Amino acid sequence: MKGNEVIAEAAVRYGCDGYFGYPITPQSEVMESLMEMKPWETTGMVVVQAESEVASINMVYGGAACGKRVMTSSSSPGISLMCEGISYIAGASLPCLIVNVQRGGPGLGTIQPSQSDYFQATKGGGHGDYHLIALAPNSVQEMYDFVGLGFDLAFKYRVPAMMLADGVIGQMMEKVVLDDPRPRRTDEQIEQECGDWALTGKKKERQRHVITSLELDPYAQEVVNEKLQATYRLIEANEVRYQTTATEDADYLLVAYGSSARICAKVVEMAREAGYKVGLLRPITLWPFPGKPIAELAGQVKGILSVELNSGQMIEDVRLAVNGRVPVEHYGRMGGVVYSPGEVFEALKEKIINKTK
Amino acid sequence: MAKIKGTIIVDKERCKGCAVCVASCPFQVLHLSSQVNGRGYPFAEMEHPDQCTGCASCAVICPDSCITVYRQKFE
Amino acid sequence: MAEFEVEIKPENLVYGTPKLITDRIMHYCPGCSHGTIHKLVAEVIEEMGLAEKTIGVSPVGCSVFAYNYIDIDWVQAAHGRAAAVATAVKRLYPEKMVFTYQGDGDLAAIGTGESIHACNRGENIVVIYINNAIYGMTGGQMAPTTLLGMKTATTPYGRDPKLHGYPYKIADMMAHLDGVCYITRQSVHTPVNVRKAKKALRKAFENAMAGKGLSLVEFVATCNSGWKQSPVASNRWMEENMLPFYPLGDIKDI
Repeated sequence: MKGNEVIAEAAVRYGCDGYFGYPITPQSEVMESLMEMKPWETTGMVVVQAESEVASINMVYGGAACGKRVMTSSSSPGISLMCEGISYIAGASLPCLIVNVQRGGPGLGTIQPSQSDYFQATKGGGHGDYHLIALAPNSVQEMYDFVGLGFDLAFKYRVPAMMLADGVIGQMMEKVVLDDPRPRRTDEQIEQECGDWALTGKKKERQRHVITSLELDPYAQEVVNEKLQATYRLIEANEVRYQTTATEDADYLLVAYGSSARICAKVVEMAREAGYKVGLLRPITLWPFPGKPIAELAGQVKGILSVELNSGQMIEDVRLAVNGRVPVEHYGRMGGVVYSPGEVFEALKEKIINKTK
Repeated sequence: MAKIKGTIIVDKERCKGCAVCVASCPFQVLHLSSQVNGRGYPFAEMEHPDQCTGCASCAVICPDSCITVYRQKFE
Repeated sequence: MAEFEVEIKPENLVYGTPKLITDRIMHYCPGCSHGTIHKLVAEVIEEMGLAEKTIGVSPVGCSVFAYNYIDIDWVQAAHGRAAAVATAVKRLYPEKMVFTYQGDGDLAAIGTGESIHACNRGENIVVIYINNAIYGMTGGQMAPTTLLGMKTATTPYGRDPKLHGYPYKIADMMAHLDGVCYITRQSVHTPVNVRKAKKALRKAFENAMAGKGLSLVEFVATCNSGWKQSPVASNRWMEENMLPFYPLGDIKDI
């Protein structure tokens, strides 16, 4: 299956209640697939083509306020438009899933793959002190799996989750193992799971529920922020996910996520054939970032190369983790250009191996 | 002859003294008090209670929901 | 006189505060139309027995805190996006009564797109639109509906169409859209108008529950602080200046 199509399949099988989106390349197949599947006739899932990304993220806000499992998908410029709404969702402590199949920027940019929205996904994007749980799939299987994982984490912590994919994986065809479909939650189950905050209609026996991110009293607003930050610390403690390849004996470390991590896996093989002990650490959660395992590996390797399809964004988090103990350099291509494993290997030699001999 | 009489109760602390009720009363029953409430507003009160018919015009238009209206028929 | 003393007892009660209006004193300025309109909304919800089924969407603007005053579940939307938020709530809970409550800045300026498209999709919601021709909360700036020549903080010499464009009747524009079943323009500046407005609001709520499409109830309203007049003078000014341009009555009813 194709990466983007698998998002649609995963959403329906997971028991998603609503998808709200606006077409944009390279992810339009998500909504196209849903409209073809007509899940409103089977599971009862709602699918709406909104008039803009601004409208679709605010539909997600409304749906999330009801305790429903709702999602949207878009690509870079569309995500920029959604940032206000994402900030509201974070500010109101609502769970949802946002998929970004990144393309090259800035501005309208290109429609080819890129990873230049790392800052936007991990450092906020919208206004205010907030985080998204950012999941970076590196295969079509993971695009499928992370729909469910994204919803699970979002509801566990009542925060928005983002799947930060890119045009390579979105457009890629691979074999996918699908799990059994599960039914959407009933109103009773939603009442059970989210009954203390969600909009389900005010019953006589409870106070009214108000979903808002507004608080005029600065001291009260500080308390809201402190609660959010406490949640974020909990997520950082519990939900860091990453994968290592050939790091046990590595002298040099590549750090890369998503499609770059696939390319880097090949670089590890090439380098080892050439006699260099190279390992790879692939962050699966970009936020919370796997800083601790990178810091540990910094005590073992001679240098680290952060490989990203951008001008150097994740490298800032790698350097923060390494804290100056070994050289950390960046290699990237921009604007929708994808590097070959050979190019990355050459860069590794030039920027790290030759300088740390 | 049967007479219909009305009266109102104003929640003085809720009233903001906007006087929209005063202007809306068809029988000029109301005026604003010379005293003020806890928040510093003069409040609506009946100046000519005997002219009140309980038509509820004042309460219907009151933006702050502070007027309750009662009406009774006297045979 | 004592023989005509009205006894204060439940059977003599003709008008009281709706149960759904909370005890909290409204933050609105004295005489603000919002309070009266909130009361109508509360009365209609109560009389239709919809308190447990209704979800309100509050806007950005003075009425952002509508959720403090009507005792139902609420979601507060980003500026202009109430119709999009309401769309999702209604689609996901089709049996619920969903309405938005928006000012002229929220609905007719920043939220034009969301409002028009919710109309066009025929969402089964009610849009309550308060048009007082000014931005109240931010301190009295020009709204899209500000009358020509009208002075505001950002049109200190009066609204000049060459500089600021023209006031527009978004309700009339919306009436052209097929998804809309009912559009009416009301006011609450006299008791008679309040009673008419309540009937209109009830009809809109009935339409939404019957799945007939989107209903919009525009309230031509006052902002006496923004207009720098007393509440009573504002009502008069509204009648003399606003109503000729924004005439009251049904615009569409199918």
